[in-house]
Amino acid sequence: MSRIRATFEKLKLDKRKALIPFITAGDPSPQLTVPLLHGLVEAGADVLELGVPFSDPMADGPTIQRASERALKQGMTLRGVLDMVAEFRKQDATTPVVLMGYGNPIEAMGWEVFAKRCKEVGVDGVLTVDFPPEESHDAFEHLQRHGIDPIFLLAPTTDDVRVQRVAKLARGYVYYVSLKGVTGAGNLDLSAIEQKIPQLRKHIKLPIGVGFGIRDAVTALAVAKLCDGVVVGSRIVQEIENSTEQNVVANVGKLVKELRQAVDQA
Amino acid sequence: MTYNYPDSTGHFGQFGGIYMAETLIPAVEELRTQYLRFRDDPEFKAEFAYELKHYVGRPSPIYHAKRLSDDLGGAQIYLKREDLNHTGAHKINNAIGQALLAKRMGKKRVIAETGAGMHGVATATVAARFGMECIVYMGAEDIQRQAPNVFRMKLLGATVVPVESGSRTLKDACNEAIRDWVTNVESTFYIFGTAAGPHPYPMMVRDFQCVIGNEAKVQMPEMIGRQPDAVIACVGGGSNAIGLFYPYIEEKSVQLIGVEAGGHGIASGQHAAPLTANAKVGVLHGNKVYLMQDENGQIIETHSISAGLDYPGVGPEHCLLKDQGRAQYVAINDDEALAAFDALCRFEGIIPALESSHALAHAMKIAPAMGRDKVLLVNLSGRGDKDINTVARLKGITL
Repeated sequence: MSRIRATFEKLKLDKRKALIPFITAGDPSPQLTVPLLHGLVEAGADVLELGVPFSDPMADGPTIQRASERALKQGMTLRGVLDMVAEFRKQDATTPVVLMGYGNPIEAMGWEVFAKRCKEVGVDGVLTVDFPPEESHDAFEHLQRHGIDPIFLLAPTTDDVRVQRVAKLARGYVYYVSLKGVTGAGNLDLSAIEQKIPQLRKHIKLPIGVGFGIRDAVTALAVAKLCDGVVVGSRIVQEIENSTEQNVVANVGKLVKELRQAVDQA
Repeated sequence: MTYNYPDSTGHFGQFGGIYMAETLIPAVEELRTQYLRFRDDPEFKAEFAYELKHYVGRPSPIYHAKRLSDDLGGAQIYLKREDLNHTGAHKINNAIGQALLAKRMGKKRVIAETGAGMHGVATATVAARFGMECIVYMGAEDIQRQAPNVFRMKLLGATVVPVESGSRTLKDACNEAIRDWVTNVESTFYIFGTAAGPHPYPMMVRDFQCVIGNEAKVQMPEMIGRQPDAVIACVGGGSNAIGLFYPYIEEKSVQLIGVEAGGHGIASGQHAAPLTANAKVGVLHGNKVYLMQDENGQIIETHSISAGLDYPGVGPEHCLLKDQGRAQYVAINDDEALAAFDALCRFEGIIPALESSHALAHAMKIAPAMGRDKVLLVNLSGRGDKDINTVARLKGITL
């Protein structure tokens, strides 16, 4: 059984919701990424989303854009991100790791090489923001051959027909983008999420995580009540930005613990 | 063999597609549906034709640059005068087409990216013409080098938003416009300026710009009794070039030559010529194209004297035409473009845009070795008034 599936099955038995934090690999520095990942798990993360920095992050707001810029300035590459996962796996064999980013760095490496390397280092899922199902045939063939879950986005604008299409292709979990906008936006609409999730569940049998715009314990709890997992990205990246290299692991850990407590009340 | 691209999924061979975040996929699908619905609608076509004639001032003439040709001593250079259009460039053709579509789709707010500012001015113009709110995203670097166009957009009532991220040029303006679109997807129509981006933009922009080539195909026989030996156009994203090339694709006797921005030279790495430099295939801004990138798939910063060509990618149809060998792509360096700019000013009394100066420079390069009976048709895609500050600075002159 895949790590993602095992994780969500255990959560279901425990009647708990998943907490899925996001950080950008190489931010604030490449040396701190693996310690941060371990810190996230210690603070209560169930699944880790690790951002692969890209020069042109069109779906991201300013916070994650800056994180990508910091990481790229320090020479972060897709190869480097994969090596980090290998390093992480030396001490953690169970927590699922999902790579999240844009397609071009993977295109440049080649999907076959990438998928093989994902398997080797222990990546569990891959989410490419700018590769919708329509453009993903070759990519997913390679991912599936190596047992890597393709994670798909669904959006408030996604209609029923597209939800069914995604339902056929998606593995692991589905990531529902809670608002129309970029990452880190502030216009979370809980009633819209509450309406949409049951519509998605008609076709999506996988767990549904919700992200974009979750800023604190209050919003995390409110969203957790409506779905199977809460994704928090920009708020954590902001904490990284506001910390020093000395206290960043501790500060992020403290924030994620607060989010964990909130999500566990759901 | 009949040329028939893109296919129904928006691909030009391996190029093109709809590489967008999920939130925008329904928007591009709606755009495709609506465009296909109105494209052949007699009322839409009539309104587009009316605006082109009475508002833009079409057809644009073709002009024989006789003094310049005589000086070069070879092939005759003819100019398709898109610089004489209202707003001073070919960009208005497409902006009108998309604004008419936006109107039919009930969108009251339009956004655009711009490099040199010509597409921004064209969009601001049509927004004023049709009573729409207009936001233009422009790289902070480009705002400096194209100050007159920034003021024009503001005069026309548009809001110009400086983009400070990345290289602060055209590609970053595209990123920011896409971020706006994803946030305001229901109210907003993205008037995309070039024949690139997600399907249906490469096809739709081409269709609206084809008026250039369609007119030329009628005008050239009227002027010289035949079609030209080659048609030449500058290529950034490639909208003016595809507008001229497309109607000539099946006319195999006419050579198609696209001219990219060679910047400081291909060997220097500081250029914006993905086709000439044999860049690898990649994905950016919604389409798969030849793309300037490093070995890790990060987009690299480009350089050109001309803001309108300063872009790391190129439209998918040009990628296909290159692979098929139907069109040739070459690069012209900054200094060659400047020399052509000067030559057209002095020999013909026409100040060309720095973008168009690249196409002209290539014609001037190949004309001397050709017979005097040969004819080169250059797309003079825009006028150079916007560039006078840049040219003055390069010449060490303070205005």
